[in-house]
Amino acid sequence: MSVLIFIDQAEGHIKKSSLEALTYGAELAVQLGTNAEGIVLGEVKDDLTALGKQGVKKIQHVNNSALNHLDAQVYTKAIAEAVAATGAKVVVFSHNLSGKAIAPRLSAKLKAAMVAGAVGLPNTSGGFVVKKNVFSGKAFANISLNTDIKIISLNPNSFHITNGDGVAEVVSQNFATGVSPKIKVTAVNKVTGEVPLSEAELVVSAGRGLKGPENWGMIEEMAHLLHAATACSRAVADAGWRPHHEHVGQTGLAIAPNLYIAIGISGAIQHLAGVNRSKVIVVINKDPEAPFFKAADYGIVGDAFDVVPKMNAAIKKMKGL
Amino acid sequence: MKILVCISKTPDTTAKIAFTDNNTKFAQDGVQWIINPYDEWYALVRAIELKEKDAGTIIHLVTAGAADAEPIIRKALALGGDEAIRINTDSHDSYYIAAQIAEVAKQGGYDLVFTGKETIDYNGSSIGGMVAELLNLPYVSLATKFELNGTTATITREIEGGEEVCEVSLPVAVSCQKGMAEARIPNMRGIMAARTKPLKVVEPAAIDALTSIVSFELPPAKAGVKLVSPDTPEELVRLLHEEAKII
Ligand SMILES: Cc1cc2nc3c(=O)[nH]c(=O)nc-3n(C[C@H](O)[C@H](O)[C@H](O)COP(=O)(O)OP(=O)(O)OC[C@H]3O[C@@H](n4cnc5c(N)ncnc54)[C@H](O)[C@@H]3O)c2cc1C
Ligand SMILES: Nc1ncnc2c1ncn2[C@@H]1O[C@H](COP(=O)(O)O)[C@@H](O)[C@H]1O
Repeated sequence: MSVLIFIDQAEGHIKKSSLEALTYGAELAVQLGTNAEGIVLGEVKDDLTALGKQGVKKIQHVNNSALNHLDAQVYTKAIAEAVAATGAKVVVFSHNLSGKAIAPRLSAKLKAAMVAGAVGLPNTSGGFVVKKNVFSGKAFANISLNTDIKIISLNPNSFHITNGDGVAEVVSQNFATGVSPKIKVTAVNKVTGEVPLSEAELVVSAGRGLKGPENWGMIEEMAHLLHAATACSRAVADAGWRPHHEHVGQTGLAIAPNLYIAIGISGAIQHLAGVNRSKVIVVINKDPEAPFFKAADYGIVGDAFDVVPKMNAAIKKMKGL
Repeated sequence: MKILVCISKTPDTTAKIAFTDNNTKFAQDGVQWIINPYDEWYALVRAIELKEKDAGTIIHLVTAGAADAEPIIRKALALGGDEAIRINTDSHDSYYIAAQIAEVAKQGGYDLVFTGKETIDYNGSSIGGMVAELLNLPYVSLATKFELNGTTATITREIEGGEEVCEVSLPVAVSCQKGMAEARIPNMRGIMAARTKPLKVVEPAAIDALTSIVSFELPPAKAGVKLVSPDTPEELVRLLHEEAKII
């Protein structure tokens, strides 16, 4: 009945979304009265014994450089072997970029029911029902998983990481050795010097209300002061004012940070679809009728060019800068 | 070159989200249906662009849906697919749909299988990966660029905080998102041609669904916005720090 959690690394470092999945898996194991183990693929730089802090006792590690980059086909083979070796009945992934590639493959391979984008622990009173996001954050569905082995991929930022003082035992494994990846990674282009938007806890975002790309200085300053990522509306990305990877919404990135500050964005339904899972939404817009205010927790009806510099000054003062 | 593009039908992005039958079914009254934007704008249009470069390319469309999916698949044909296959089912189990698509794909011998990044209603981001596994194909998910050089594809995919370029030999399955192509609108010639393009209906294979939907819920309504005067933006900063405790 044990729970196996896939722990994802990039360039040897464990992703934050995986720590959420790890905590979730450990809590699920307690709920089911069993134990939780993690699996890590590829070479890592981080100390894997420290993953015990999130409540797992054992980490299965395949220390094979052929697995440093994601090839969903090979990763799936390795994880399927780990499922067999550990007798896991529930496999937990983060619904992050790699989870989206691997979890469905594992589901098809094992014919195991899967829920993608879970937002909480399952209800196991008389079944195995997991709540997930549907309609781009506008509703939830409760999905019953009807097979012996079950797969859950957890929405990033929907489960709090706990930090205990456990130490995990690391077991070296050679799952999927001899299978060579078919996908060859030839270049990695990182957007440097910024907080990656998909993993950010705080996001400062701006729209066409800013009038032009030359006015983004105050937005970047706020993001810098808060250690936040920057985002924008589609209108802004389409106009070439900001890079496309900053575009959030229905057709861009869907994010769920703890704080989303929307400045000079009207709040069109397609924009909201990408951000309405944010825990707290702050809207700054000079039009009191802007639809975004209906989705907001805090707001200022005012001119961004006046309000934002004043907020920045207040943040500096608060942080003693 | 033979490309299979997976097309799904979703409610229009502005559709009101409500449920009926004791919150077990999506309320379809008055809902406008569209081709799932990722399937149309990115997967299908990129396939059409590949065909424009190499006239020998054949594009097949597949949808798992009931008869009411036909206007959607006709629109996709009008944009530029050559032939469509509708698998006659209204299931919402991802594995069931993926296995049906895989059955169709096995008969077609495709070099490329394109899906959208995710459906905007069920948000699984799952079916592409499942189809890839069932066909034993490599899978590049969340692709933002796709170039073909003979039988080698160079694909850019999204990673946390950036992009990664990778190379893979065909056949391959790819899930497509923003960056792959630019949206198009069907022209009159396409619409006329679509009327006579083949649309084959096949009955689903015997496959077990692995999940079932118990119920839907709407999120609790927001308490309402707390407005701060534009004369005191520092008050907003204080509230975020002391009340919301997030900065
Ligand atoms: C199928 C489809 C998919 C789409 N997908 C997306 C998507 O993924 N993401 C997305 O963002 N959009 C998307 N859109 C577009 C969306 O409908 C809106 O057009 C877009 O979000 C508008 O961007 P905006 O709010 O920046 O600009 P606008 O709508 O022009 O709004 C600008 C706002 O700034 C305010 N303003 C002006 N000056 C000031 C000032 N000095 N101070 C403060 N406020 C000011 C105005 O009151 C206004 O509310 C999609 C549209 C369609 C049809
Ligand atoms: N019923 C369907 N018929 C054909 N293709 C589908 C269907 N549902 C989903 N797809 C494809 O699979 C992709 C991912 O869907 P999903 O896993 O539901 O988010 C979509 O973008 C489509 O390309």
